[in-house]
Formats: sequence, structure tokens, C-alpha cells
Amino acid sequence: MSSIVTYIGLSLVLFAIGAVGVCIRRNAIVVFMCIEMMLNAVNLAFVAFSKLQGNLDGQVAVFFVMVIAAAESAIGLAVIISVFRSLVSVETSDAAQLKW
Amino acid sequence: MAGEDLRLSLVVLAPLIGSILSYLLGRRVPKLAGIVASGAVLVSFVATVLLWREVSPTTAFTSSLSSWLTVSFQGAPFSLPIDLYFDSLSAVMCLIVTGVGFLIHVYSAGYMAHDKGIARFFAYLNLFIAAMLILVLGKSLPVIFIGWEGVGLCSYLLIGFWYTNTEYAKAGRKAFVMNRIGDVGFIVAMALLFTYCGTLDVVELSKESVLARVPAGLAFLVGISLFVAATGKSAQIPLFTWLPDAMAGPTPVSALIHAATMVTAGIYLMGRMHGVVELDPAVPAVILWVALATAAVAATTALAQNDIKKVLAYSTVSQLGFMFLAVGVGQYSVALCHVVTHAFFKACLFLSAGSVIHECHHEQDMRRMGGLAKKMPITAACYGVSTLAIAGICPFAGYYSKHAIFGAISTTTNPFLHPYIGLVGGLATAIAVCTAFYMARSFIMTFLGSYRGEGHPHEAPVVMTAPVAILGVLAVVGGFLFVHPITDFVTGPLPPTSVGHESGGLFGIFIGSLPGIFGIALAAYLFILAPREKDVLRAIFSPLERLFERKYYADELLDIAVVRPVDKLSGVAYRAIDQRIVEGSGGAVGSVVQAVGELTCRMTTGQVTTYVLLMFFAAAALFSVFSQVR
Repeated sequence: MSSIVTYIGLSLVLFAIGAVGVCIRRNAIVVFMCIEMMLNAVNLAFVAFSKLQGNLDGQVAVFFVMVIAAAESAIGLAVIISVFRSLVSVETSDAAQLKW
Repeated sequence: MAGEDLRLSLVVLAPLIGSILSYLLGRRVPKLAGIVASGAVLVSFVATVLLWREVSPTTAFTSSLSSWLTVSFQGAPFSLPIDLYFDSLSAVMCLIVTGVGFLIHVYSAGYMAHDKGIARFFAYLNLFIAAMLILVLGKSLPVIFIGWEGVGLCSYLLIGFWYTNTEYAKAGRKAFVMNRIGDVGFIVAMALLFTYCGTLDVVELSKESVLARVPAGLAFLVGISLFVAATGKSAQIPLFTWLPDAMAGPTPVSALIHAATMVTAGIYLMGRMHGVVELDPAVPAVILWVALATAAVAATTALAQNDIKKVLAYSTVSQLGFMFLAVGVGQYSVALCHVVTHAFFKACLFLSAGSVIHECHHEQDMRRMGGLAKKMPITAACYGVSTLAIAGICPFAGYYSKHAIFGAISTTTNPFLHPYIGLVGGLATAIAVCTAFYMARSFIMTFLGSYRGEGHPHEAPVVMTAPVAILGVLAVVGGFLFVHPITDFVTGPLPPTSVGHESGGLFGIFIGSLPGIFGIALAAYLFILAPREKDVLRAIFSPLERLFERKYYADELLDIAVVRPVDKLSGVAYRAIDQRIVEGSGGAVGSVVQAVGELTCRMTTGQVTTYVLLMFFAAAALFSVFSQVR
């Protein structure tokens, strides 16, 4: 029983680090890595619950998350590159043209 | 009945479809607009003729198109049937509308050939014919009202056809507003009749048992409301000033709407609803006095006009007054006869005037015309015979119908009118002299003497002269051929009349034509033989001339009595209600929303971080809410 608490605890810690990173970091690449970290925290939780329940549903979900994450990173990196081309910066605070 | 149904629907549908087609095709190929529109009216005319051959004074066709507003009213099922009703009265009106309408369509194809808006023009013209046919074919008052509004709308559209000219657009608006005032009467009459009689069907409303349900105290109100409606459409005092202003429209419009068809809608309504009109004998008395005053005012005003179309416009108002004289003494079929002959000669007069205006480069002032008889012989001949017809000289059309009206005046049994028959007859005769005088004056000023304008007018193209010539022929023979058959034909829908059947011999004919002959002779004497004496007369009557010229200051009186008080009232209402309450409350709501918006828009900082934080908080809030529900 204690093993599941460890896994979920690690997952929560990873997710919190990712969330705080997204909120406070200004570098788009770092923000991006934080998002990936959050996704993997969720993956860890999925796998842990899958093991606990004794079926494969959670592991199947993990595959979906990984595929989506791969697609998302491709698009995200492309966006970052285009932002860099026009602003010569990857700071999110510089990309603030859309406001009231 | 299926065949009749189809033909009856076709009568109305042909111009309606023609209206759409002539606009769509006419925009691409302007020449097609006139052909399509005229063809549509011709189809309608043929269908009317086929139907007309099958009706008699005692038979009628009904065609149910649909029913509307089916509801349960006070426990009983109620619906508003959209029915067309074709009896001998509708037949005569339809024949005039489609027959004269067709000739005017053909004429317009020539008159408007070079106008940029020709597609729009024919679309309006066909729409007008359709609306007028709905008016005369409607079986119940609401259906008649649809047509009634339709002709009002088309009139507005056509008077203001050249809308880039502000004066013309204003004239259209004036006609629209004055017609609306009349419509209030129509609506009041409908409401009262429905409340007390429980039906709006015209056949039901001609039955005495149904009409007896109207309380005696309200009979006058119902009848006078209907007459108010008629004064709006048929240009009687006090709602007559729109008709002369309506001359702003193209001349064929004046001929079609403001002479031959729409203005006769009031006469038609009076005839259709004669049972209601006669409920209280005071109503016909009011009609007669108003009609007499209108005829007198319009006839004297026409004396002092120099615009050829204005003369014809006032003469129309005056002739409509004559028709209402016949209505006032209860001789509806005589009024209808004058509608028919008037449609012939007035359409002919207007179209001839249109040819003259067209050839004189849109000059309408008769002082800048003259001598056109040599240059435009056909037009001059048609204008001439129509002048004789409107003057009431035997054997031209106007003689028969006007003579019948004079005969009708003496037959009245109305207790309010009987003592004054001599006065009415005398005034009517004086007005007839006036009519002959101003019409002869317009003929002399336009066609005789020497040309005083610019350019070189010559005869109009055949597409314009042919309809004028046909109408000219009808203006000669129309009265002789049609007046007696019509009075017999419409006896059934309308009460029978004995008037107009006595011949009186050659001497009678001479006496009957005497007012016309006298008027024309006077005009010929003053304008051709002794112009000096005319100047002397003018000097004597110069104050009156001014009065006539300004149509008895009718516009000014209406302005003081109606327009300005309404203006003041609406100004107060505008400031107190509109600006304070309506705009105030609207503004308050607006400023609250704006303040909230000002606050919330601060959240859009443009910083991704802010949005992400908000997203997390929102997700956390949602999660906590939904996890508690479990």
C-alpha cells in the first residue's frame, strides 16, 4: 500500500513543480519543458493506478498522452521558432502584443 | 368551379409575378421590362374578360386561397379567410383596372424608354395593378385592406420615383401620410363592424339582418369612419392636397393611379359597403356636402393653375367630388358609371399631356406651350375629344355619366338633403361650367395659338400615340355604349337606379350639354377672341385668383390645424419621454456595462503567465465545486 502513496506523491510533486514553472518562468522553452513535466506526472499517476487496479486501461491512456505530447511538442517548438524569428526573443513577456 | 378558381387567381397572380419578372429581367435587358409587365397585365385582362362573360348581376364566383389567423375567439372558432370574390361590381372595376392599366403600361414602355430605372418602374406599376385587383376582389374587409395598403404603398413609391429630387420624395411622403390618416378610419370601421356584426365578410355585411346589429348610436360613427377612409384614397376635403402634389411622379403614373384606378377605390368602397354607409341618413348627407365642397374648391383652383398636370389633377379631384355627389344621394351605380367614363377620358388627357411634356423636354408650364395642334395632331385630337367628354357635351362619354349624376341629385329621399336639392343642383351646374372652362383653357393654351417654348416638338412615337388613340375613341363612345349596360349590370351588388334611362329628346340633350357648351364658349371668347377683356376680368378677380392659386390655402390651414400641433406635441414627447426616459434608461444600462467592461478588460494583460494562472485557479475552482457535489 505504501508503494502507491509514494508513486502518487512523486506524481503530485512533479505536477506542482511543472505548474509553478509554467506560471513563474518567462523563457518559453522552460515553460514548454514544465508542460512536459506536468504531462509526465499525470502519466506516472496513470501507471500507478493501473498497477493498483490490475488492469491495463491506465497504461493505454498513457500511450495516448504520449502521442498527444509528441504532437504538441512539434507544434509548440514550431510556434516558439516563429516567435523567435519575429521578436528575436523567446521570453513570454516580450510576446504581449494582444492586450486591451 | 376549378376553372373559375384558376382564372380568378390568375387575375391577381399575373401582375404579381410580372412585377418580379419585369424587375429581374429588366435589370439585365431594359427593353424587356415593359414587354413583360404589359404582357402580365394583358394576361390579367384576358382572364378578367373570360370571367366577366360568365357573371351576371345575380351570380358571383368565390375563390378561397387560404385562411389566416385561425384561432378560437370567445369559444367559437374564428379564422380570416383569404377569399377572392368576383361579382358584377368587381367585374366592372377589374375590367377598368386591367384594361386601362394595360394601355397605360404600353404607353409607359415608350414614355420611360430612356429612364435608367425602367425595371424598377415597371415592377412598381405591376405591383400596383396587383394590389388594386386585391382591393376590388377581396371578399372580406381585411383582404380589401391589404390591397388598400398596397395601392397606398405603390403610390408612395411611384410618386417618389425620381427620389433624388427632394421635392418629389416629399410629395410621395405627403401622399403616404394622408393615405394613412384615411386608413385609421378604415381600421376603426372594421373594428366596430366586427364587434357588433361579428363578421367582416362583404356579402354578409350587405345583409340587413346583419347590419341591424349595429347599435343606432354608433351607426353614424361606422359610416363616417368608412367615409374618412374614402376621403384619404379619393382625395376629398380635407385630405385632398396630396393628389395635386402627386403629379411629381412620371405622367403615366398620374394617369394610372391618380386618375383611373387608385382614387376610385374610395367610390368602390362606398358602393361595396353601401348598406353600412346608409345605416344613418346623416352619413350620406355629410358625404354629399363634403363632395360638393371638394368639387367646388378643386374646380375653382384649377382655374388658376398654369401647370398642365396640376390642371388635370384638380380636375380629377373635382370629378371625384362629382362621383361622391352620386354616392351621397345613394345612386352608387351612377357613381360607378362616372368612374368608368372618367377613367377613359382622364387617362386619355393625362397620357396626351404626358406626350406633350415628353416632346417639350419636360416643360409642364402651359404658358410655354401653344400651337402644338399642328405639330402633334393625334395627341391634340385625343386631348380635344377628352376635353369635350369631361365638359359633358353629348355624345361624348362624360355627358352620359354627368347627366346621370345631375338626374340622380333630384331623386334623393334623404331627409337631410331634400330641402337643399335646388342649391346642390345649382352649385353642381356651376362647377360643371367651371370644369368646361378650365379644360377648354388648358386645350387652348397648349394646342392653339403659336408655340412659345423652346425646341421643336413633334408627334410622339406610335407606342405612345396608339394607347392614347384607343382611350380617345373610348372617351367618345364609352358613355354611349357603356353607361346604361353598366347600371343594369351592377344592379344586385349595388341598389337599382332609375336614373339615366330617360332620353329627353334632342332638346334634352342640348340642355344637358349646355353647361359644357357655355364653359367652352366662355374660354374660347376670353382666350381667343377677346384677350383684352380677359385682362380686365383678371384685374377684377385678382384677389380670388390668388386664393385659387394657393388652393384656398388648404395646405397652410392643414399646417396650422394639424401639422404644427402634432409637431409641438411630438417635440414635447421627444424631450420628455424619448430623451429622458427611453434614451436615459438605455444610456444607464450602457454605462454600467461599459464600466464592468473597463474593469474586466484589465485582465487581458497580454502576459501568458497571467492567463495560465487564471486557468489554474479556474480549474481548481471547478474541481472543488464538482468534487463537493459527489
